[in-house]
Amino acid sequence: MRNHRMLFGLTGVLLLLAVFALIPGLGSAQETVPPSTAGAAGAPSEAPQAPPPPPKVDTGDTAWVLTSSALVLAMTAPGLVLFYGGMVRRKNALGTMMHSFIILCLISVQWVLYGYSMAFGPDKGHIVGGLEWVGLHGVGLDPNTDYGATVPHQAFMIFQLMFAVITPALIVGAFAERIKFSAFLVFTLLWATFIYDPLAHWVWGVGGWLRNLGALDFAGGTVVHISSGVSGLACALYLGKRLGYGREVMAPHNIPLTLTGASLLWFGWFGFNAGSAVASGALATSAFVVTNTATAAAALAWMFAEWGYRGKPTVLGAASGAVAGLVAITPASGFVGPMSSIIIGIGAGVFCYFAAVVLKGKLGYDDSLDAFGVHGIGGTWGAIATGLFASKAINPGGNDGLFFGNPAQMIPQLVAVAASWILALVGTFIILKVVDIIMGLRVTEDEERVGLDLSQHNENGYVL
Amino acid sequence: MKKIEAIIKPFKLDEVKEALSEIGIQGMTVSEVKGFGRQKGHKETYRGAEYAIEFVPKIKIEVVVSNALADRAIQAIVSKAKTGTIGDGKIFVTDLSQAVRIRTGESGDSAL
Repeated sequence: MRNHRMLFGLTGVLLLLAVFALIPGLGSAQETVPPSTAGAAGAPSEAPQAPPPPPKVDTGDTAWVLTSSALVLAMTAPGLVLFYGGMVRRKNALGTMMHSFIILCLISVQWVLYGYSMAFGPDKGHIVGGLEWVGLHGVGLDPNTDYGATVPHQAFMIFQLMFAVITPALIVGAFAERIKFSAFLVFTLLWATFIYDPLAHWVWGVGGWLRNLGALDFAGGTVVHISSGVSGLACALYLGKRLGYGREVMAPHNIPLTLTGASLLWFGWFGFNAGSAVASGALATSAFVVTNTATAAAALAWMFAEWGYRGKPTVLGAASGAVAGLVAITPASGFVGPMSSIIIGIGAGVFCYFAAVVLKGKLGYDDSLDAFGVHGIGGTWGAIATGLFASKAINPGGNDGLFFGNPAQMIPQLVAVAASWILALVGTFIILKVVDIIMGLRVTEDEERVGLDLSQHNENGYVL
Repeated sequence: MKKIEAIIKPFKLDEVKEALSEIGIQGMTVSEVKGFGRQKGHKETYRGAEYAIEFVPKIKIEVVVSNALADRAIQAIVSKAKTGTIGDGKIFVTDLSQAVRIRTGESGDSAL
């Protein structure tokens, strides 16, 4: 009963926020014209000097950003839905798929209500965006020159929404097969609000302190991958192991689904990385090329590492390696050339293989689907590698890295890595503790044995 | 009447079925089963987690035959299911007291 009340409470909060957002939202419909008239009215003597016209929308750029937004959506559903869904045991297939799918729904609403404003709204103390853009108040169809001078502000907003969606969905891999659905919903909402939104502001928001420091993160190595991977580690440590871990067979129930999901992640990642140019042209093309190259190199590296170390090249290994490569090239994708991307990919395949296979075994935590091993380690490697391989020859708007004559770039990179680690680890522990006290995080032993499909959803993934 | 239960390698099913049909056996029941004998199981590895899979997939054929046919049926199964490597399976034969065809009520050998 307690859980039900909690859930109704959560729904209530969301509804309240929606109503709250509606009030300024109503105003914004009328205010799309007034800013120019208001300026003119305030200074009648300068009437001949018309205010500068809003920057012009470029149709090519807008087409690419909207397409990229849809591609990044495909990374969560069906990409992660299948990737994670195939990796769990049969009795948890639906429960795990539901996690990613519902995050897509929950964060889509959260982002429009207040998430975008907290991440990209007017800066407050270099830490968080203000609430001026709650309910997309003032986020209209003219370009915002800070974030995308040639696309409608709402196009940038919806592109960023897809990032806000996939990040908590990546954490799912760490607590899979044992979290209570109601607690998962509350955790996700709190995590998005108190970890993702501020961190996105630090790195990407105008005025954010890591952005001011000069840390390079093209498409979200820190914001998306370190934050989700390290939070995944916190979840795995806090929740403890699954029942029977290390004794019972916990083999993936459907690796073909996982491979399909990994392939869709790869497909969608072109929107993630090449779309992060927020323009269609040279930079997007360069990001596209290095993304594909690093991913392929990483899949090969993981496969060969496993072949050498354990004797057989596995399909799950090749799929995992590809995802590790995608993760690692993410922060670097707008700053490095193709040869650097091969090295980044090889590093990702090897480091993530040893993190998921050796490190996890040695340290004994149960990161069910290796959210930390792939995203935490891959993201950290990618952020550091960006400081090593970045080159102004690729992106004049970026900076040179260590191997291109600028060792100083390592400092903001390492600061960004450390800051993301600390926020994710500490923040996630606090949120887990709070949710645990309020409603309990983990399903009962009986429910865990029966599986999440039946115990949480009264359904069965497979009736045949 | 004898009931013959044969545990065989799955890919041998078609050959065994044809051989049994050739000697005049008109019906059989087949199930996908798992188990282990001297073959033991195999090892599976998923991201470094190794699992010993002890129960190996096999096919179980159940046929009921008249006493006169029993030896030929056993012979047919042995000759077709054999590969010579470990894990070819086993045949168990039991005496059967009764068989009834539900549609007609026939019993004994004529029900087979």
